[in-house]
Amino acid sequence: MDHISPVLWQFLVKWMTTFAIIPPEASTIAPKMDALLVFMTLVSIIGLTIVALLITTFSVLYRKDRNPQATQIEGSTLLEATWTIIPLGLFLIMFVWGSVLYFRIFTPPANAMNIYVVGKQWMWKAEHPGGQHEINSLHVPTGQPVQLTLISQDVFHSFSIPAFRVKREAIPGRYTTVWFEATTTGTYHLFCTQYCGTAHSAMIGEVVVQTPEDYKAWLASSTSGVSLAQNGERLFSSLSCAACHNGAPDARGPNLANVYGSKLTLTTGQPVLVDEAYLRQAILNPSAHITQGFAPIMPTYQGQISEEGLISLVEYIKTLNSNYRVQQTTNTTELLPEGPDKPGKSSAAQGGTK
Amino acid sequence: MSTLISLPDQSTARVPKKNYITNENGIMSWLLTGDHKRIAILYLISLTFFFFIGGAMAALIRLELLTPQSDLMASDTYNKVFTMHGIVMIFFFLVPSVPATLGNFLVPLMVGARDLAFPKINLLSWYLYMAGGCLALYAMITGGVDTGWTFTTPLSTHYVNTNVVTTGLAAFIAGFSSIFTGLNFIVTIHRMRAPGMTWFKMPLFLWANYAAAILMVLATPVVAIAIVLVALERTVGIGVFDPTKGGDPLLFQHLFWFYSHPAVYIMILPGMGVISEVISTFARKRVFGYSAVAFSSVAIAIFGFFVWAHHMFIMGVSNYAALVFSLLTMLVAVPSAIKIFNWTFTLYKGSITFETPMLYAFGFMGLFTIGGLTGVFLGVSGTDIHLTETYFIVAHFHFVMVGGMLMAFLSGIHFWWPKMTGRMYPEKISQLAAVVTFIGFNFTFFPQFLLGMLGMPRRYAAYPPEFQVLNVFSTAGASILGVGYLLPVLYLIWSLKYGQVAGDNPWQATGLEWQIQSPPLTENFTEIPVVTQDVYDYEWLERQKEHEVTHVG
Repeated sequence: MDHISPVLWQFLVKWMTTFAIIPPEASTIAPKMDALLVFMTLVSIIGLTIVALLITTFSVLYRKDRNPQATQIEGSTLLEATWTIIPLGLFLIMFVWGSVLYFRIFTPPANAMNIYVVGKQWMWKAEHPGGQHEINSLHVPTGQPVQLTLISQDVFHSFSIPAFRVKREAIPGRYTTVWFEATTTGTYHLFCTQYCGTAHSAMIGEVVVQTPEDYKAWLASSTSGVSLAQNGERLFSSLSCAACHNGAPDARGPNLANVYGSKLTLTTGQPVLVDEAYLRQAILNPSAHITQGFAPIMPTYQGQISEEGLISLVEYIKTLNSNYRVQQTTNTTELLPEGPDKPGKSSAAQGGTK
Repeated sequence: MSTLISLPDQSTARVPKKNYITNENGIMSWLLTGDHKRIAILYLISLTFFFFIGGAMAALIRLELLTPQSDLMASDTYNKVFTMHGIVMIFFFLVPSVPATLGNFLVPLMVGARDLAFPKINLLSWYLYMAGGCLALYAMITGGVDTGWTFTTPLSTHYVNTNVVTTGLAAFIAGFSSIFTGLNFIVTIHRMRAPGMTWFKMPLFLWANYAAAILMVLATPVVAIAIVLVALERTVGIGVFDPTKGGDPLLFQHLFWFYSHPAVYIMILPGMGVISEVISTFARKRVFGYSAVAFSSVAIAIFGFFVWAHHMFIMGVSNYAALVFSLLTMLVAVPSAIKIFNWTFTLYKGSITFETPMLYAFGFMGLFTIGGLTGVFLGVSGTDIHLTETYFIVAHFHFVMVGGMLMAFLSGIHFWWPKMTGRMYPEKISQLAAVVTFIGFNFTFFPQFLLGMLGMPRRYAAYPPEFQVLNVFSTAGASILGVGYLLPVLYLIWSLKYGQVAGDNPWQATGLEWQIQSPPLTENFTEIPVVTQDVYDYEWLERQKEHEVTHVG
């Protein structure tokens, strides 16, 4: 064949040697996704084969040459019931199985480490809690659940990691989350899968999965020295938020300590749960959510703080909650680079491996 | 292999001198006609034109994707090309395809009426279609549009600087053309059935078009509203979809898919109607489970309205909303399965021949089954996360729209060609075209399922090199497919002059349209028929023939 068309031959050889129909499985969810995909593919192939076999058999048996006179048949309630109930049953099995998977992918576990991701035309910016920034790449450790909190600065984007089998839309004006736990070290594709304009196909990057030790080393080498919350604290004071939100009994703004995760009552009498989305909205559009007992005097910050700035502020306000601080510490202590002032046993271990 | 075709003696047969084509002459007699058959022909010509414009765009897309780099076109150009491919193919080919051509031609003939209920509105609908189409072409020539056919906000409202409003207006106008067609069908089927033509004596083509007409009338206004809001947001900044003004970009997704999911059924249901007629005729049998097939069309139309959010599973809808919409999607898959099995069992104990329309119908059944089953992969919320927004979804909807709908359209065009023109198409070459189309189609789109599984995103002008081999397969298949689509144009035009004279009923089919001359008179029936026979009543047809022989002979 290679003397007929060397180009085609090269293609075929290359394809046959690297042929894959599924991407590598690099997260805990990937084998679960693939199990369902295999089940559904099998059911589909069987269904298609049944239809194809029936059509072929009938076409051969009842072609005009063999069967010159058709027999008129009205129908059969029994058969109708059969091919209504069996496909419905199979579809329902797929539905239940798929929904379990869906809830798993979009319900992060409590011990997940949070990384913020901001999408903008045409790049991905990841913000690690320790203050590390990356563009068009994402470093994550194996064996640690990682939650991504996504938001877009302009249009819809979609954060897709085929090797992890997860994907989530980054939407302008609201946070979305997805989580995964990487299992295999390596470098994988990161795609923007929602069409977002001119350079959509250039909005790609790589996900680097490292062992916890390597990840720790990477964190240490790329730290800016200021964590996300510390950055938020600076913004908090430079925007003079503390002028009102100072926690004093006669303060003009609500006390922000322990506000994250609590239930507030608005002046409308409506209770709200204070989460990231609420905090973001309350900064950008404060008059829409006035906490009971306070006057609508806070100015809007729409257009004055970037999405990254908002993330820092939100992260800072979150750390004002002591429970969140404790939880963050237990989730990420193992992974955070040790500061020079507190040499720990893990940095010694790290030194040992080098 | 034996054939079903029975033609009059070619040495003496003539196409009837007096028919709807020869009735009046001159270009104005066409442009101002109220005759549903002439309007169908106008639609057929203009649809074919738009199909080849969209097809040329598809060819450019496939050529660009031959190599991983974006080298044939700049990515901006590529974005415009795939946007126009989608807009032209969906709004100006697929949505009107079967209803506006075959539906316009056949609905009055099949119910036994002299025309549709509102002939002038029918003509207006063609003019609106042409106005929309020309506006879309104008927008394309004067700079194009690069939002994707989905006009996703805020990209379309704030971030692109192309002809969004003009193109939106084109789709808006074309929408009214679709509403008018639907309105005409609903009124005609309700009010103008010939004496004795009860609902359950209607051919399944009518049931399918009736269901599609309901969708057209109820769903199209919603996309019109969405387009108007996009235009207002873009021009005066009303902020409905703009989060910085308190708007919600997801609202646009809801409005858009509230139309665009039912639109999928607007596109496929009339095609299913064609398949019912063709399978019955070439198997010489009543459609197995007639009422199940009829009701499944209505069920698809009803359920079709309540599944739109399955396009938004990863877009931040609540997990519980995803649960409900996923379940409803499973339910809408069932009526399609029912149809496939009923068509298959129509073949059982039939007397089957394999002329071109039947070959296309077989192609439809195979490809639509694959398209439908892969739709379940996307309707199941868990697997949707991995597969959505990749080439898997591109392959899926091309299997349904091109493998399904276009096959059905070609099947129907070949089937009713003798009725429309009075002449047969050449059988052998058209059988070849059907086979070439089937092979080319699979070569083009099957590799895209694999690409999607591997995670290749859609709408990428450039892609990682490891995806190249499958893309080369796809492009190679597309060139075969192109040949498969060009052939019918050539031989159908040839057949207008040189085709064999068809006679009234070359297929020995049972529909009312086959009991009159081909091509029909302008008034269709010299006297309105009284329907005593059942639907797909082949025994009645035999008796008629014997009757004629004894009386004439």
